[in-house]
Amino acid sequence: MTTATVSGPAVDGTADRLGLRGQSLPRWVPLAVAAGAVVVSLLIYLLTPVDSEIQIVLMAAVVFVIAMTAISTAVEGGRRARDRFATTLVYTAFLLAVIPLVAVLVSVISKGVGRLDADFFTHSMNGIGARDVGGGIYHAIIGTVEQVLLASVLAVPFGLLVAIYLVEYGRGRISRMISFFVDVLTGLPSIIAGLFILAFWVLALDQGFSGFAGALALAVLMIPTVVRSAEEMLKLVPNELREAGYALGVPQWRTILRVVVPTALPGIVTGVMLAVARVAGETAPVLLTVFGTNLINSNPFSGEQSSLPLYIYSQAGQPQQFAVDRAWSAALVLIIIIMVLNLIARLFAGRNRLK
Amino acid sequence: MATRIDVNGLTAYYGKFKAVADVNLTIEPKNVTAFIGPSGCGKSTVLRTLNRMHEVLPGARVEGRVLLDGEDLYGAGMDPVNVRRTVGMVFQRPNPFPTMSIYENVIAGLKLNGVRKKALLDERVEESLRGANLWEEVKDRLGRPGAGLSGGQQQRLCIARAIAVEPQVLLMDEPCSALDPISTLAIEDLITKLKSSFTIVIVTHNMQQASRVSDATAFFSLEKTGDPGRLVEFDKTSKIFSNPTEKRTEDYVSGRFG
Repeated sequence: MTTATVSGPAVDGTADRLGLRGQSLPRWVPLAVAAGAVVVSLLIYLLTPVDSEIQIVLMAAVVFVIAMTAISTAVEGGRRARDRFATTLVYTAFLLAVIPLVAVLVSVISKGVGRLDADFFTHSMNGIGARDVGGGIYHAIIGTVEQVLLASVLAVPFGLLVAIYLVEYGRGRISRMISFFVDVLTGLPSIIAGLFILAFWVLALDQGFSGFAGALALAVLMIPTVVRSAEEMLKLVPNELREAGYALGVPQWRTILRVVVPTALPGIVTGVMLAVARVAGETAPVLLTVFGTNLINSNPFSGEQSSLPLYIYSQAGQPQQFAVDRAWSAALVLIIIIMVLNLIARLFAGRNRLK
Repeated sequence: MATRIDVNGLTAYYGKFKAVADVNLTIEPKNVTAFIGPSGCGKSTVLRTLNRMHEVLPGARVEGRVLLDGEDLYGAGMDPVNVRRTVGMVFQRPNPFPTMSIYENVIAGLKLNGVRKKALLDERVEESLRGANLWEEVKDRLGRPGAGLSGGQQQRLCIARAIAVEPQVLLMDEPCSALDPISTLAIEDLITKLKSSFTIVIVTHNMQQASRVSDATAFFSLEKTGDPGRLVEFDKTSKIFSNPTEKRTEDYVSGRFG
């Protein structure tokens, strides 16, 4: 091995008799290579007929990975170069994955803030046509909040109980069957859940369209998600804690209620929030069961309601710019509502954990 | 309080597997009885049959009788929950409840069984923590999480939790195997102290520990892997370690066979 290094200090010039030293690239090299890759792909963009931005971004990523690996192979040798290759790949993949997320947020925020005025939150679409300015989402917010809350009230206790049964009590055939059907339900397309409630509740039982019918459809979609995530979290609770409970003469049900569930609670809350976020954005089942309206209806148990996804769907389908603006703003509000729910749930879960 | 245990013809199974066969022994009240033997010989299994914790595992079952002051723990109409309130247990790895503070951990057994009186609980917390030689170390931070203590302190917390429900018998399944020598010494001192109020049964891999803390010792062994474990010899600790009757016991305690 030579003692000339790129960054590693040659320790007082002695020979590396045991072969312990290695060369490593200085820390600024990856950044420089990344900048170089961007410059190269920009040049390609300017000088050649390639004119798609997406292609340029991908090309920069590929150039970066290849150049980084080549330089590393030349300077640091095989093992380090493979490590460098994997690291570069992971970082590049992360950046590429973040791009759509940032792009969605940026476009929703930039196009959505325009209509975020007091009117928008306090008015319905009563008497507002697609060509008219104004109008609001008051009725849609009421609808979404009521439907999602009702769906959660139906699905969360039910799903939690199923998960507790599967983890703590379930043995043999019945539990395997339940587990299988939960899997089947997980893959259920959301419009099928809507169709089922439409056929069963709205038509066969003649209950009519209502927020509650929508909540039923959303609950069908929530249950498998809640069951699965709660099940995974309960499985993570060490068996020693259950045994510690039993050894104190605490009955099984009480051990589950006071030891197992509290230990798994933060994870369960996260799972429930994911389920809530999923159903809050559902359009198809709500369309079939709640039907949609331009008027304020705060009673979820009778008559058509609206909801934010439905509102976005109907407004975005209009050719007029006012309607499209309303759709973007409603999309922004929907994202904010889900984020706020998420934060509240996290605060709640954090309070239950001792610091 | 403190109770005598008679084990008669006890055989324990895990599903079809016979883990330990035909154990007969008598555990004297207010004594420390140690179970020693190589891994897999069934000593922990026998310990867990003494408070019906064995059957918690799916497929596990027991034949034979375990008499607690003459009452068969496996007789008809016995409630395992009540059995476990009378025969407490401390596990190999310290397992304080992670969501509870030190205070809540100690009274977990009482609170989960419906005791609400604050004065009684306060009193029992101090009493149990003093009993477990932990009071001086934690009295200023009873509200802190139990999982924040050191390993040895956690194990003493678990002992405090076990004695807070005022059992007659205390079972300890290798209580020191996850601890350093200083914490081990603290637990051994504690065992000697607890002997005055409880019947104690301890499983240990450490023969010095058995000879230090116990009055009687049961040596379990097995012929080969797959065979059920058996009780080879049960006698006073001094006899087991100086002049055992069985050749195999002598080989084991002198280190010729492990």
